[in-house]
Amino acid sequence: MTTTIDRPTGENAATRVISANDGANIIISHGDYNVVGTRPVRHDGVDKVTGRATYGGDTRLNGLLFGKVLRSPHAHARIVSIDTSKARALDGVHAVVTAADLPTAEDREVDLGEGGGNLKHMSDNILASDKVLYKGHAVAAVAAVNVHVAEAACKLIEVVYEALPAVVDLKDAIAPGATLIHPEITRKSLGKDTGIHSNITKHARHQMGDPEAAFAKADVIVERDFTTTMVHQGYIEPTNATAMWNQDGKITIWSSTQGAFAVRDSTAEILGVPVSQIKAIPQEIGGGFGGKINVYLEPVAALLSRESGRPVKLIMSRAEVFQATGPAPGSWSKIKFGATKAGHLVAMTADLYMESGAYPGSDSGAAMLCIFAPYKCDDMRVDGYDVLTNRPKTAPYRAPGAPQAAFASEQVIDELAEKLGMDPIEFRLLNAAHEGTRLVQGPLHKKVGGIEVLNATKTHAHYLAPLGTPSPSTKRGRGVAYGYWFNIGLASSVSISVNADGSVTLIEGSTDIGGSRASIAMQAAEILGVRAEDVRPSVVDTDSIGFTGVTGGSRTTFATGLAAIEAARSVVVQMKARVAKVWSVAPDDVSYDHGSFHAGTHSMTFKEAAHHIEDTGGPITGTGNVDPQGHGGAFASIIVDVEVDVETGKTQILEWTIVQDAGKAIHPSYVEGQLQGASAQGIGWALSEEYFMNSKGEMANTSLLDYRLPTAFDVPMINTVIVEVPNPGHPFGVRGVGEASIVPPMAAVANAIHNAIGVRMQALPMNPGAVLH
Amino acid sequence: MVAVDAHSTTKVVVEATINGEPVQFLAEPRQTLLECLRDILSMTGTKEGCSDGNCGACNVVMGGRLVNSCLVLGVEANGQSITTIEGIAPAGGLHPLQTAFLEEAALQCGICTPGFIVSASELLKHNSHPSEDEVRFWLSGNLCRCTGYDKIVRAVMHASDIMRVGHQA
Repeated sequence: MTTTIDRPTGENAATRVISANDGANIIISHGDYNVVGTRPVRHDGVDKVTGRATYGGDTRLNGLLFGKVLRSPHAHARIVSIDTSKARALDGVHAVVTAADLPTAEDREVDLGEGGGNLKHMSDNILASDKVLYKGHAVAAVAAVNVHVAEAACKLIEVVYEALPAVVDLKDAIAPGATLIHPEITRKSLGKDTGIHSNITKHARHQMGDPEAAFAKADVIVERDFTTTMVHQGYIEPTNATAMWNQDGKITIWSSTQGAFAVRDSTAEILGVPVSQIKAIPQEIGGGFGGKINVYLEPVAALLSRESGRPVKLIMSRAEVFQATGPAPGSWSKIKFGATKAGHLVAMTADLYMESGAYPGSDSGAAMLCIFAPYKCDDMRVDGYDVLTNRPKTAPYRAPGAPQAAFASEQVIDELAEKLGMDPIEFRLLNAAHEGTRLVQGPLHKKVGGIEVLNATKTHAHYLAPLGTPSPSTKRGRGVAYGYWFNIGLASSVSISVNADGSVTLIEGSTDIGGSRASIAMQAAEILGVRAEDVRPSVVDTDSIGFTGVTGGSRTTFATGLAAIEAARSVVVQMKARVAKVWSVAPDDVSYDHGSFHAGTHSMTFKEAAHHIEDTGGPITGTGNVDPQGHGGAFASIIVDVEVDVETGKTQILEWTIVQDAGKAIHPSYVEGQLQGASAQGIGWALSEEYFMNSKGEMANTSLLDYRLPTAFDVPMINTVIVEVPNPGHPFGVRGVGEASIVPPMAAVANAIHNAIGVRMQALPMNPGAVLH
Repeated sequence: MVAVDAHSTTKVVVEATINGEPVQFLAEPRQTLLECLRDILSMTGTKEGCSDGNCGACNVVMGGRLVNSCLVLGVEANGQSITTIEGIAPAGGLHPLQTAFLEEAALQCGICTPGFIVSASELLKHNSHPSEDEVRFWLSGNLCRCTGYDKIVRAVMHASDIMRVGHQA
């Protein structure tokens, strides 16, 4: 991959573009765009490279107190008593709260747009009421003049526990006679309450045809099972929240979140107050990957503020982030696929067990929608199971559920291709799902770019290049894998106001986790015919914009982008009417094209027209409120070369290429960034990351030294190919890019290791110990 | 170095030079330099990622050495000269690294960015023409979870090119 620099000069130097990788990308979409597809400097960039951007932890308020949460040392125990009197008596302590300060939570399901769950479980996860269900479970919290006093006060809180047996591993949790983590819960199976008390809380199935009978048609069958361990999203900014519960009952929350409205709505449910009482002000967010959708600290900070009458800030330590926020579930997958000699998949079955941690609700549902989606097959069955364990309640992590399933299924696909003597990409192409292929859950694939992704993979220079000579005592291998994520839509709201100088302000509710201010502003700029730099985007609080769903599900550039397009179109309509006034023509006679209004011989730029808004009727604001259904699924593939040291078991990534269908890349640099970031996370998930739990349910590696995220030295440059097969559900063809990219990496690495040393890797992580065994 | 009792809550006067300005502040002996910068001096550009020295988000330069400010006590800053992210850019402009990070899209969420820029600026002081491997090795104390490091490494190498051209001019 070569990078060319087109370095601008003069006053626009900070607002232009470089780093063109466009040569590698495959652009199938045809649009005549001025802004879409270019690479402007992001609007919030200068604040972020100078340290000026304000993240949640940077919140500063008059009278601010600092809080700390007391957490359970046990993975499973009954709380006998909590005595906070000594903590309250400590100098500098202003408030101490426990679950007794929360309203009694009803045992009912709450719908929060994305996620939600049982209110009692949500409330108990914020502050444990009767039992602690994982080590690190919040039991009490203190607000004090500084964090050191708060920590000292936490140590003075006396909690008497009655320890219970900890159920740490998924397979132990589903074994007959296992300790029940929620004895009151009965298993829901295929839509019915079975009445069976079990740690398996949910069982679902999608089936098409008769796979058991169809295996008879197969010439080759591969049946294997695979396990993956709990991993963390690993965002660098710790979870944080600041809250002020005012004397008038109004609550203001400042936090780093993927969704301010999710913070508002879930905090309102947990505190038992109307949403109108809460204003959530999203701060800059230092990574989330799905892990900053649920609230953990916001309701606690609010309770501490109510008691102290002052604003309270809580920031988790890294050990707390690992132990007390929601990681991604570990899994156990049993896979059986059959194919004919000609290479056609004829039967596919999968049983996917995913842990949910301390409360019900895991990712098996999404995994079930993704596991077979890359392929066409008439006879398929997938069963999904959610399993309770004494671990933190799991949370979404980038394409939640799909990577664990693909780690299993894509190795079986690889093995089938090997047994059939077929190239692994040719085998996938032969069976690739396309527009009109029926998914196992029933609907047909809409227009998708899977075949285009596979073709781009097959012809990539990386795939055609020789593996090279291994170093002494090492073996080299190449692996490929392929994966799918469906992407989502959901509600978004955008408001655009025109300034007299021809610039516009854009107000949105989507928190910007990786450049979405730019990708949304650029879509508005394209419609308005102005430069990206002429749009000034702001992410605002829940009182200042219409409801907007979380930044997640790869939805933001798609759905909030649609809202921006709608708002921009409204601005154009209003501007036409003003221009018509200036020219004394009918509004319908005014046309607009790439930033210029025309009527007969009249012509005026957007900027010139903006000068007239004051004298033609005053302010112009366009709004866009959407809840789109036209989201489009995305495919991604990986090619990876590894070198395995057969003496130490260490696997080195030598070369990495990721190919993904973006639909349309609004800002290609940030699309490449998503692909590269997911690749590195995938390398960590594949080779080094895991929750290392002992038999008591204690995590042994709670620092970033021992929980090994990949460093710059562990990964190579990451080649990207953006394939653009436009999504018909979006004017520019946007699909969403954040998640499909993390589905195939672990399987790709496993297939490469197999290619190198001839061993199928059936468990994650594939660290040196695992490779040697 | 002032002699202090690390467990005392009695505040100690610390005098340091931060980003070229003489600064005097009161710190408890148990407070880290990171805490002092952020909570006492309101210099929140230096970020907290782990507070145990493993992520590099809090990198500052103290006495000519790149340090994790979460592993340095505030009182240790007494008499020292410190550079933070707020002192990297020249007045009215940006450091070539900052420009390169913007142009190369070398940040996504941005929480690790100040640490990377402070760290990389020290690398370029010691090695004006680092190889890709040298950049990766130097930056291996800074964790980024968003970018996969590709664009960060490119940005540092491009900044080094620009700075060398600048020196020759």
